Amino acid sequence: MENMDKSASVSLDKKRGRPSSITNRLSGDPSRSTFFSRLREPALAAVFIAPALLLFGIFLFYPLIQSVYLSLHSTNPRGQVANFVGLANFRNLFASPGFPNSLIVTLKFILFTVPASLALALAFAAICRSKIRGMRVFRFIFALPIAVSVSTGSIMWMVLFHPTLGSLNVLLGKIGFAPIQWLTDPNMALLSISLMTVWMNIGFLFILLLGGMQGIPEDIYESAKIDGSGPLRTFWRLTLPLVSPTLFFASVTSVIGAFQAFGQINILTKGGPVNSTDVLVFSLYEDAFVNFRFGVGSAQALVLFAIVLLITVLQFVFAERKVHYQ
Amino acid sequence: MNKHSVSRIFAYILSVIAALFILFPFWITLSNAFMTEAESAAYPPKFLPTGLHWDNFSGVLSSIPILTFIWNSFVVSSVITIGCLITSCMAAYAFAFLRFPGKKIIFALFLSTMMIPWEVAVIPNYLTVRSWGWLDSYAGLTIPFLATAFGVFLMRQFFLQLPKELMEAARIDGCGHLRIFLRLAVPLSMPGLATLGVYSFLNHWNMYLWPLLVTSSEKMRTVQIGVSMLQFSEMTAWNLVMAGLVLVLLPSLIMLALGLGRLVGGLTAGALKG
Repeated sequence: MENMDKSASVSLDKKRGRPSSITNRLSGDPSRSTFFSRLREPALAAVFIAPALLLFGIFLFYPLIQSVYLSLHSTNPRGQVANFVGLANFRNLFASPGFPNSLIVTLKFILFTVPASLALALAFAAICRSKIRGMRVFRFIFALPIAVSVSTGSIMWMVLFHPTLGSLNVLLGKIGFAPIQWLTDPNMALLSISLMTVWMNIGFLFILLLGGMQGIPEDIYESAKIDGSGPLRTFWRLTLPLVSPTLFFASVTSVIGAFQAFGQINILTKGGPVNSTDVLVFSLYEDAFVNFRFGVGSAQALVLFAIVLLITVLQFVFAERKVHYQ
Repeated sequence: MNKHSVSRIFAYILSVIAALFILFPFWITLSNAFMTEAESAAYPPKFLPTGLHWDNFSGVLSSIPILTFIWNSFVVSSVITIGCLITSCMAAYAFAFLRFPGKKIIFALFLSTMMIPWEVAVIPNYLTVRSWGWLDSYAGLTIPFLATAFGVFLMRQFFLQLPKELMEAARIDGCGHLRIFLRLAVPLSMPGLATLGVYSFLNHWNMYLWPLLVTSSEKMRTVQIGVSMLQFSEMTAWNLVMAGLVLVLLPSLIMLALGLGRLVGGLTAGALKG
């Protein structure tokens, strides 16, 4: 045993050019470890973790701190800090009509998209779980939107939404309805964007939830069937509780994803008509990269961060209790 | 028996309705891509082309450098995917098998990055990348995305599921951690690598906000930005726009067809107990 362990350390030490003795952390015998082996594992760990940690540091943690710094300053259009303004950026943000409107629009957008996306994806996954002939085809179809990017999807739907040439209005006309101004009616635009977003969301959520359902052991279903449980009852009493951890994860990521919506708004409505689709990230983008007010933009980014953090924590506190882990 | 077939028919009807909802936009895109310009602008609009006008594709290829866009997206997505697989595997191995001080805290730090929406970091990152002269370059498009916490958790899940006996046997046979990592853990976690690879590739192929910010020349533009420009340049020639969309959709659809089996179940594994 000891000899074998020695050769193990040799293979490692080729890299470090320094012979030392045994590591047998995996076999869990700390008494044999020496000073060097005690050092070597942390050293290897440091090397393994360094790339990811460095990238997180530069592109996530540092920006967070930099955002705080920028939000307390006014900046010139080059992005350089001009002078310290304290909390003025935040005060102006909440005093202006634009930002509270963005918050409301974003919350509405979440209400319109998240429950509908989850419900549909759950239903599609439940259908696909049943072992019926041809389900593989449906599985591929339901997963399709994951392959559609937000810009491609937006243009696909732009054609559908076109007021005169769009297929949606043509179909509505065929069943006797008046055409809808999908993207130009201020009462309609956010709903239209949401419809398109739900369609886009389904692919990922469906794949996630189907994976969760396939993880449920088949014999549970067998015994439910023997007990005479119908499909609906089985779904409510069995599938739903057992898939709840995945559903919980899906709802957290969906809410965060909805907060991040940008592409479809930039392409389809540019925040209009009359700011009815001016979601947070679009407003941030306009402030920072169209008007070059990086300080105000950073203040918005921090508010966004605070809200996402709060909602995630709330979801964990309130929803996770109801989640059933096997 | 009877009840069973009723529920089966019901499931079929539901699937068909759901499939129509998903497929309808694809159908309109595809059929427009094969129409003549007159057909695609006709009123009332048509749902079927009269013939297959393949010249739309050559038309869009000659008017917009769409192949350059596709190539750029391909390079960017591939570099990010490979980089992500490497950084994720390394960090995941450390968290799964190595003992080191501060492991819990560093792991929590990794976990916390999932809470930072990327948009929050976008302004400082833009300023950083600009100050390094990385605007309009592959470096600027890829390097900020080379590590994801999701990838680390997913791979960690796969590593932890490897049979313990196997790892112990390798130790007894005299394998060091480096060799276990390269010869055992990584090859045995191919399903995890495939899941993460497909997911990462699709995600970054579809990236929009960041390439919009950091690319300005046509030469560096990715396909998603190129596509959204298409719309502004030729507002009425829907057939060409749609032909362009079909070209753009093809690589991701192929990727999905090849990788769907991996994604189902694989993504869920990373989602839970992360």
